[in-house]
Amino acid sequence: MTALLLEVAQVLLVAFLAPLFAGLLRALRAILQNRRPAGCWQNYRDLYRLFHKESLQAEGTSWLFRFAPYGIFGAFCLAAGIIPILATGLPLAPTADVIALVGLFALARVFQVLAAMDTGTPFATLGAHREMLIAGLAEPALLAALFTASLLSRSTSLSVIVTHLEQLRFALHPSMVFAAAAFFMVLLAENARIPVDNPATHLELTMIHEAMLLEYSGRHLALMEWGAQIKLVLYVAIGIALFLPWGIVPTAEIAALPLTLLALLLKFAAAALILALVETLLAKLRLFRAPEFMATAFLLGVIGLLSFFMLGA
Amino acid sequence: MPNPSLRVLATFRHWGTALPVWSGRLRKEYWPLAAQNIRAQGGRLLALWGEDRRTTEAGYLVHAAFLSETGIVRTEMIVDPATAAYPSLAAIFPGALRMERALYDLLGIRATGVNDTRPWLRHAAWPADQFPLRTDFSGEGLDIAADRDYTFLPASSPDTHEIPVGPIHAGIIEPGHFRFQVLGEEILHLEERFGYTHKGVERLFQGLDVAAGGAHLAGRISGDSTVAYAWSYAQAVEQIISMQMPERAQWLRALCLERERLANHLGDLGAIGNDAGLAFALTQFQALKEDLLRENQHYFGHRYLMDRVLPGGVAFDLTAAAIAALQGGGQALKTAVGRLQEILAEHGGLRDRVVQLGVISPERAAHLGLMGVAGRASGQAWDLRVQFPHIPYDQLQVRMATATEGDVAARMAVRFLEISESLRLQEEILQKLPDGNIYHPLDLRDAAGEGVGWVEGWRGEIFFWLRMEQGNIRHCRPQDPSWTLWPALEEAVLRDIVADFPLINKSFNLSYSGHDL
Repeated sequence: MTALLLEVAQVLLVAFLAPLFAGLLRALRAILQNRRPAGCWQNYRDLYRLFHKESLQAEGTSWLFRFAPYGIFGAFCLAAGIIPILATGLPLAPTADVIALVGLFALARVFQVLAAMDTGTPFATLGAHREMLIAGLAEPALLAALFTASLLSRSTSLSVIVTHLEQLRFALHPSMVFAAAAFFMVLLAENARIPVDNPATHLELTMIHEAMLLEYSGRHLALMEWGAQIKLVLYVAIGIALFLPWGIVPTAEIAALPLTLLALLLKFAAAALILALVETLLAKLRLFRAPEFMATAFLLGVIGLLSFFMLGA
Repeated sequence: MPNPSLRVLATFRHWGTALPVWSGRLRKEYWPLAAQNIRAQGGRLLALWGEDRRTTEAGYLVHAAFLSETGIVRTEMIVDPATAAYPSLAAIFPGALRMERALYDLLGIRATGVNDTRPWLRHAAWPADQFPLRTDFSGEGLDIAADRDYTFLPASSPDTHEIPVGPIHAGIIEPGHFRFQVLGEEILHLEERFGYTHKGVERLFQGLDVAAGGAHLAGRISGDSTVAYAWSYAQAVEQIISMQMPERAQWLRALCLERERLANHLGDLGAIGNDAGLAFALTQFQALKEDLLRENQHYFGHRYLMDRVLPGGVAFDLTAAAIAALQGGGQALKTAVGRLQEILAEHGGLRDRVVQLGVISPERAAHLGLMGVAGRASGQAWDLRVQFPHIPYDQLQVRMATATEGDVAARMAVRFLEISESLRLQEEILQKLPDGNIYHPLDLRDAAGEGVGWVEGWRGEIFFWLRMEQGNIRHCRPQDPSWTLWPALEEAVLRDIVADFPLINKSFNLSYSGHDL
């Protein structure tokens, strides 16, 4: 029963705090750039506004265009139930291992890209092409990073990986260091952050992720934006689960929950600060440098795997 | 003095002005010959325009202004209303093509010898058989519709993908349409379409009184160059009425012009950084620009210095305290820009974006007749303040900023150099500012004749031609460097990728309003 409650709490927490995390990131970035931030709650106001606006369906689009926002949002909410964020051993955890999780993200992406191509506008199509270019290279890098952790704990289930890694305590594994670097690069690329994409741009010709959303409005756009915010939180959560798992406890140890929450809070705040720093310090890469960026991530992932086989750690 | 082979074609007389202007009337068959001659001497086309003189001279008058090493050569020719045709200069000066197409839209006289007879400034706002600059233009049946039947260059192969961009953009910029043909991401061809901000400026000027209405409108042709336009307009007026300007006013005008350059260069550098995804650059430069604009508001009376330069003088004066404050502001700006320049120069990510991007080689720049920041970044060493300095630039020894790489990085470098030079000029102007009047009332009784103004604005040379009759404006033509620079942008983006277009475009930062008129 506690497990089920925890499961529900985790999904709700992720869904409803994701705009806060993205808002915190925006605010930190604004402060680092000498601007006055709109506050951490701006994303909630934006979502509220969008949910109260009319949703227009672009001319000539099919059911895909209307269905995609729900499909994407649903996929990310499901993923929020699988990743061990509050606790390991959640009821939904056995439903998908890391490979299936990557597949779940891929499913959301396929919907997004198809919906963008459905509109038939040049910008959306351009964005879809670029998204697939980045994604096709990011996915192997992501898998390489995840496999390194799997090898270490001899399981592809995130819950088992976390339990195992947590027991290792503070031992520095060379393979995991490489995997962490690879994962961080994938996180930036997959979430349309600088240096791969610019979430704040208004230049339709340079957009990747935003270009696919140009035809969306109202609640559809709200779901897409919200989905993207959840995705960012999920990636950070996976990163925490793999590389900083301390504090995530089995469902049975409910008493440790306040401590878990505090640790989680600190970890997410640190993640927001690191992301804001990266996005302030770096310029956006030339589009054709992005494959090199992803190749580096993949290479780091593979080095992580190799170093596990060579060093056994 | 124009060279002898040019003097064979017509009699050129020197206009009584501080600027070196030679003017002559050509016979129609000599029209391309004169242009060829000027091209061969390394000159370039500044402007080409026309006016309806059917009542006074039994024809349309086509004007052209060229820049040569000895100054401006201005030629004119009468075009017979029966044929309404004249030989095109587009084969000699590529920039002439759009000016000739615009001339047909406005005056209904056709340049012969070119295949491109599509409209340029005209959309569906007025019928194709009516011409707004003709004196008998009724002005009825005007619409605001955009042209839907314009034929763009068709795609060259079924593999190319067409991307139409604009005229409405996602950011807050002026309207313009860009039609890309791409192969994947690579740009094979770019075609521009403008005219969306056509306001009928030339027609609006007609009949306005010189002092109030004309000066007001001249300062609003392109808002980012308001000082340059107002000053060149004032020069034209002052030339017609042969007026000696109070020296202090001239110095204050130069101060305004340099501050306009500073504000725009600061804004552009920030915007270029932002388009490369470096928001840090944008916020830093925006803050510096904002400080400058607030100083403008406080000491000059207008953030963008609109209506500060008037025919006859300037509309403001600086106290000793204001001068000291501006000097302090200049010092602070210099330090801040110096630090930012170091940071940007060492930012690998930004350098990777801007180096070798949007290249215009010096040869192509010379062929296209580029001027201003973009021209100087491609090795075209033209700067009016250096080659033809008028008061006060003749006493300031302006140092020209040039680069030869012709890429986005070079255009940034030229802007940085010009910022420090403008700051030096500001300091020197403030130190040496002569005493005296700032305004001299105009004596416009029955003023008539033609005048020319010519100022090195921040983007390039602003040229202004004005004809007055009975103390009022009969006709005028403001010419923005964007006319010549927009076609260069089409060339600069070739072989680069679509995602880099905004960055290249921003490094030029051309005017839509000054071009569409």
